[in-house]
Amino acid sequence: MKDFEPKIIGFLCTWCSYAGADLAGTSRIQYPSNIRIIRVMCSGRVNPMFVVNALQQGADGVLIGGCHPGDCHYQHGNYQARRRITMMKKLLEFLGIEPDRVRMTWVSAAEGRKFAQVIEEVTEDIRKLGPMKQVRRKNEW
Amino acid sequence: MMKKINLAIALGATCAGCDVAILDLNEKILEVFDLVEFKFWPTAMDFKLDDLKKLKDKEVDVGIYHGAIRTTEDAKIAKILRQKSKVVVAFGACANFGGIPSLANMPFEQDMFDLVYKDVPSMDNPENTVPLTSVKINDVELTLPGILENADALEEVIDVDYFVPGCPPMVPLIEQVVEVLKLYANTGKLPPKGSVIAGTKTLCEECGRTKPEKISFKEFISPQEVDEMDPDLCLLPQGILCLGPATRAGCDGLCTKMNVGCRGCLGPTDKVKDHGLKMISALTSLLEVEIEEEMTEEELDKIVDKIPDPLGTFYRFTYGKSLIYKLHSEEELI
Repeated sequence: MKDFEPKIIGFLCTWCSYAGADLAGTSRIQYPSNIRIIRVMCSGRVNPMFVVNALQQGADGVLIGGCHPGDCHYQHGNYQARRRITMMKKLLEFLGIEPDRVRMTWVSAAEGRKFAQVIEEVTEDIRKLGPMKQVRRKNEW
Repeated sequence: MMKKINLAIALGATCAGCDVAILDLNEKILEVFDLVEFKFWPTAMDFKLDDLKKLKDKEVDVGIYHGAIRTTEDAKIAKILRQKSKVVVAFGACANFGGIPSLANMPFEQDMFDLVYKDVPSMDNPENTVPLTSVKINDVELTLPGILENADALEEVIDVDYFVPGCPPMVPLIEQVVEVLKLYANTGKLPPKGSVIAGTKTLCEECGRTKPEKISFKEFISPQEVDEMDPDLCLLPQGILCLGPATRAGCDGLCTKMNVGCRGCLGPTDKVKDHGLKMISALTSLLEVEIEEEMTEEELDKIVDKIPDPLGTFYRFTYGKSLIYKLHSEEELI
């Protein structure tokens, strides 16, 4: 499984995590290129359908990045995202899909270093899980 | 006098509740008998599959199919119905979304067949007797239809023109269907292909319970845990799980009137592809948790764990046609 390069979709909130990713870039911090970032206004915007659709179209993992608890630009969007993802992971587990493929993380705009670390961790975790099996790669949505 | 419509009602993996629902029209059923000529309806009249086979192609004006596609026989009947009918209507939750039979599509560790015939605790089957598709007894070959890998919605097998969801479709919906048939008999006009004969908004629009300005609840409560239920207040602020916010209208709040949360038998509205995920999204937004800032993952898990069976709760009727089902269906990569 050494050759397997996981594809990870990252939904990052524009106020904290995306800015954190930006900082990691401008600070020239090295991190794996496995993540494909999609910017959303708030992690609360991430519908569980986005996550399932990403997995269905061939992503091996999904990362959702939001502001730290209490720091949400929209006050409680990140809490809603967390609850949604918790519930959704339970459903995925029930269906026999590894819930660890979906991960929620808090990264602030000042944490470029932490962002790079998180990406490294997630990439290694998903690499261990292996590719997403039995995927119909046609967009059904 | 206007020309009678030729009607065929065929069935697949079904409890035949849809047939009973048609008979539930009460005196309106007489109007139906004036309007249509039954060409095939094995549940209510003496018809055999050969009667349907003998008809000319497209001789049936409207073919109604209810039940999921579970066996090769179901698929065969569906194909014959399509061949003989001008218009095919998927009737009931099973034909629309796979319904309850499609919950068996969940990947169990062992084959579903083994589970049912060997491993269920109530099963005593030391010789491993299982139904076979063909067996020879005294040189006579007896056959049974084979079981398909998945139970699917009708649309997966044949082209479907109209959809009537519901488990079973409620009387007001069937009355709408009768109106459509009347219009067809009189003028030959039909609604556009792909129409869903039900409401377009969600159940909350037509549910009569009062909804407070802000709906929120602290935890999920099972109906049996409630001491006193407010008969007029929306069920969600009372903590009772109700799929109303994500479910299509059309039943006039049949269950919510009786203090029972909606189970989602009418499926999602037009633009939603995945009923359960949409509901998860709505439901968790309503959850009001105090001091969420200090809440740990374990505490959150505890709240979510109050729903013991997320699949049966959120996808009771729509699993067969959901995005999440397609996530692990074993089809070749495209």
